[in-house]
Amino acid sequence: MSATDLSVFGRPNDRLRRRRIVNRGVEVIAWAAAAVGVALLGILVGYVAQNGASKLNLSLFTNPGTPDAVTSVPQGLANAFAGSLVIVGIATAMALPFGILVAIYVSEFAPRAIKGFVNLVLDVVAGIPAIVVAIFVYGLVEVGHGQTGLAASFALAVIMLPFVARSTIEILALVPNSLREAGLGLGVPRWRTTVGVVLPQAIGGILTGSVLAIARVAGETAPVLILTSLVGQGIAWNPLHPLWTVPLAIYELSESGLPNDRATAWAGAFVLIMFILVVSLTARWFAARSRRKLGRSA
Amino acid sequence: MSALETTDATRRPFSGRRVRFGDTLLQVVAGSAAVVIAVIVGLIAYELFQGAHLSISTYGLGFFTHNIWDPVKDHYAVGVFLFGTVVTSVGALVLATPLALAIALFLSELAPGWLRGIVGALVETLAAIPSVVIGLWGIVVLVPLMHDHIDPALNSTLGWIPLFGPSTGGANYFTAIVVLTLMITPIIASLSRELFLGVPRELKEAALGLGTTRWEMVRGVILPYTRGGVTAAMILGLGRALGEAIAVSQVVGGGTIISANLFSQGDTMGSKIATQFLNSASTLEKSSLVYLGLILLVSSLGVNLLAQLIVRRSSRRLSGG
Repeated sequence: MSATDLSVFGRPNDRLRRRRIVNRGVEVIAWAAAAVGVALLGILVGYVAQNGASKLNLSLFTNPGTPDAVTSVPQGLANAFAGSLVIVGIATAMALPFGILVAIYVSEFAPRAIKGFVNLVLDVVAGIPAIVVAIFVYGLVEVGHGQTGLAASFALAVIMLPFVARSTIEILALVPNSLREAGLGLGVPRWRTTVGVVLPQAIGGILTGSVLAIARVAGETAPVLILTSLVGQGIAWNPLHPLWTVPLAIYELSESGLPNDRATAWAGAFVLIMFILVVSLTARWFAARSRRKLGRSA
Repeated sequence: MSALETTDATRRPFSGRRVRFGDTLLQVVAGSAAVVIAVIVGLIAYELFQGAHLSISTYGLGFFTHNIWDPVKDHYAVGVFLFGTVVTSVGALVLATPLALAIALFLSELAPGWLRGIVGALVETLAAIPSVVIGLWGIVVLVPLMHDHIDPALNSTLGWIPLFGPSTGGANYFTAIVVLTLMITPIIASLSRELFLGVPRELKEAALGLGTTRWEMVRGVILPYTRGGVTAAMILGLGRALGEAIAVSQVVGGGTIISANLFSQGDTMGSKIATQFLNSASTLEKSSLVYLGLILLVSSLGVNLLAQLIVRRSSRRLSGG
């Protein structure tokens, strides 16, 4: 009799213990998963830093290099840095005003239905693989000129555009409506309210969003591979010719078996990663700050 | 144009002509920027269709069912690359989803406040690393590691499953799956974290108040509540893996044989375009590569629209219920 009593009280306890064990098990798995994620990043960055930092010297930035030159002399990447600078610069100049205009239209003018449609189109463009954008632009320019830095800039601009537009839309949505209403109530026309009141409020957020977009496309390889890879010797700045770029240099040198080429690839990867990390962490910090500021005034 | 101006004038009787002009100008300029984006999407589709036209008219739908890519005979079909794309991206999704969901649960439910921000930022940082750098790491570190240790170990323990056959080189489908997993895990994790954080506090507290453990609360409240969004996040991750060309081309080995063995060399549609586009032997080969791009474009569009649809439907269900 007492044995049955015990089992009656014992069963729920067993079940409770089992539930707790399962719970603890899952918690441990979640902790482990987070640790794996962080460890992977650590391993990646660690490898790049370890292999790249030791090869980092001034000649990397002053000496040009080419992937084809079979040489035991360590190469530089000066031409790749120059090309990346030119190509990403032009892409930014194309995508920035365009993306901001689209965002202004969506958040200040568009009727609800069109707003949804433009947002959908932006999502679609953001989802198109970079390699597809690359062969699209190749098809556009193929007829006339073949490879140019400018073509790659255009492809990168297409990739950047949804990032710039979406982050700007998000920021403009944070600008309090009372500011717009105050402007309109004073008789200020809508365009002046937008340009003179709304945009200045959001400019910090817009710039950080744009900088994040720049960091995103600076490492984009597929477009520069397809559109601007058949490069000559030496440092070149003319975007009407093919220009070497940092991601492409990493790509080409990584395929080479020569230790010196690999070392140069690691050094390039190190500079690229450092640029992206510094830029995106700073931009994130600024973004959080400007969001807080906008949030306070709302 | 004149009709627009009169309605404007009646709506805002006090505004002068220049004012109306400024408003209309900004609206037209900004609006046409939006139109241009839509036009670009159409243009991409048109341009790829044009470029692929030769291949489409030569092979038609047989392009999908055959398995050959032979520049010498000048005969092409997508079979093996379609297979490679599906195998690598689905494999990556299978590996990445549990890892990403666990990370997201950690960030939204478990992590102490100070750790939350740090780990969150680190996971986002992993998403920002360019694919070519992951590919470089893949070539130098992962490929030898796979060849010397992981592939033989999996083969000897799980070799009875056809997926884990004998390894023919460190650069293979499995290595590509691992690299893609690295790339899509942070995407799925950060999207899911946002979703988990959006679950109403009352629901979670109600479950905990009924005496559930934290895991039972996750399984009974958070996961059902966010099911639609998490599915969409997975689909977006899949879309990213489908279209990745560079990192995959660095570690997938290259080959045209369909095999269940994950340790064999192959190519995906993206990696084939990346490695072959500038070296194509004939106009037919180039056109066939553009055809691959067209298939990629259509699948990325489909994947995106599907994700949108799921999000919309599930948010309607949630706001309705």
